[in-house]
Amino acid sequence: MKLITAIIKPEQADNVKKALNKIGVVGLTMTDVKGYGRQKGHTEFYRGSEYEVAFLPKAKLEIAVSNKKYKNALETILKTAKTGKIGDGKIFVTNLTQVIRVRTGEKGDKAI
Amino acid sequence: MIKIISKISLFLIILLQSSLAFAQAKPVLNPGDASWMLTSTALVLLMTIPGLALFYGGLVGKKNIVSTISQSFMITCVVTLVWFICGYSLTFGEGNLFIGDFSKTFLKGVEVAGLTLTIPETVFVCYQLTFAIITVALICGSIVERINFGALFIFVILWSILVYAPVGHMVWGGGYLSKMGVLDFAGGTVVHINSGIAGLVAALVIGKRKSKARPHNVALTMIGASMLWVGWFGFNAGSAVAANGSAGMAMLVTQIAAASAGIAWMLAEWFSGEKKPSLLGLCSGAVAGLVAITPAAGFVNPMGAFFIGLISGVLCFLACTKLKSALGYDDALDVFGIHAFGGAVGAVLTGVFATKAIGGVEGGFDQVKLQLLGVGVTVLYTTVVTFIILKVVNLITPLRASDAQERDGLDLSQHGEQIS
Repeated sequence: MKLITAIIKPEQADNVKKALNKIGVVGLTMTDVKGYGRQKGHTEFYRGSEYEVAFLPKAKLEIAVSNKKYKNALETILKTAKTGKIGDGKIFVTNLTQVIRVRTGEKGDKAI
Repeated sequence: MIKIISKISLFLIILLQSSLAFAQAKPVLNPGDASWMLTSTALVLLMTIPGLALFYGGLVGKKNIVSTISQSFMITCVVTLVWFICGYSLTFGEGNLFIGDFSKTFLKGVEVAGLTLTIPETVFVCYQLTFAIITVALICGSIVERINFGALFIFVILWSILVYAPVGHMVWGGGYLSKMGVLDFAGGTVVHINSGIAGLVAALVIGKRKSKARPHNVALTMIGASMLWVGWFGFNAGSAVAANGSAGMAMLVTQIAAASAGIAWMLAEWFSGEKKPSLLGLCSGAVAGLVAITPAAGFVNPMGAFFIGLISGVLCFLACTKLKSALGYDDALDVFGIHAFGGAVGAVLTGVFATKAIGGVEGGFDQVKLQLLGVGVTVLYTTVVTFIILKVVNLITPLRASDAQERDGLDLSQHGEQIS
């Protein structure tokens, strides 16, 4: 099992969710986060005063997938989160040692 | 020729004042005037709460919005009580050339049947009170995000008695400046120059903020600016103290000046600096235009208003963006740049654009000189007395919030509240 952590543009989050649903990935967690990468921040002007906005808003998606669906899920996210412009975000993949469904106590692939 | 005109205008002003005295001697209630003034009073109160509160509240950082809007609300309450106790009497009591007297303390003698001009004196008391409230509330814009609330509380009491009352008396209460023939239809000197200068002095005495937060919600600022704009009809058209042609013209020129100043600021910003037309620029420009047309509203025609708007929009933009950064004072929300600067520009331009057909006074060099006198006296008096008041308050309680309080935000540290 893998945990995909995708930090993407908030505007793309809905597209990603819909596309994942279509390939049978039905659960994910989204958090509003702020951060910066190569895009850095940007500058805003209010009555001539300059303000550096260092951290930009992003959506962090956390998706647990079985090894079988992993490749497909990753491609789907890449395809739907991409706008081609700087600031599209990053995807981190980690190995997942255990998943447990709280209600039933099911473990592993069955719990995803 | 100019001399003759100025003599005629002086004569007209004396005539106007004696007719005012005459009207007081033999007053008749006019229900039309009275109902417009009741309405205007509500409009001008709306300018401060929630208009100005939101205008300022949107411009501060998120950890200081409760503090900022509570200042406007507290001032509304405090100035009302001061007005009731002695403020009204010291502003509009007969007194001398510089201040009223104590004949109407606790609103003694303000009765159901009493009249001022053609409206009940009760309405006049309330209407004028709303001006005193917004004047004091405007000052806070320069010292938000670091002022100690307790110190502000004491400052408000002292300032509304020692600065607002005498300046109001000199201009509207039959005092020195009105006798000299200075034109101030709705409060360019009393409200705007007065508060703007006090704001600058307070910002200089209290010092700069440790760090400047980005305005947290310009949408709130736009809502506040819109309420100021609408309320300004009560402010300017109400200053005719009648429901007549002068009030109508004041409303019309107010609208034109606000619109042209909003566009002027927007264009000035668009073609310099960031090269973007900002919402804040539009709102700031409109308010600058409203400030500038305030002294002129009963004296100029729509063409005059158009130019007053354009000129004040561009000049206030330069004052807020270039002058402030060049001189380095931390007038946080530009009370000086918009109100003192816009007020002074408006006062001078009133002298330029006044036309006889509108308010009985023709503009010209002599009138401009008189207008400069009005600006000068107000600036001098306000600067000195505001400075002294601040120093006295500082002996009682620190003017400035502690560094830790400022860092944590005044919402939590001074009020124990915050928005989520």
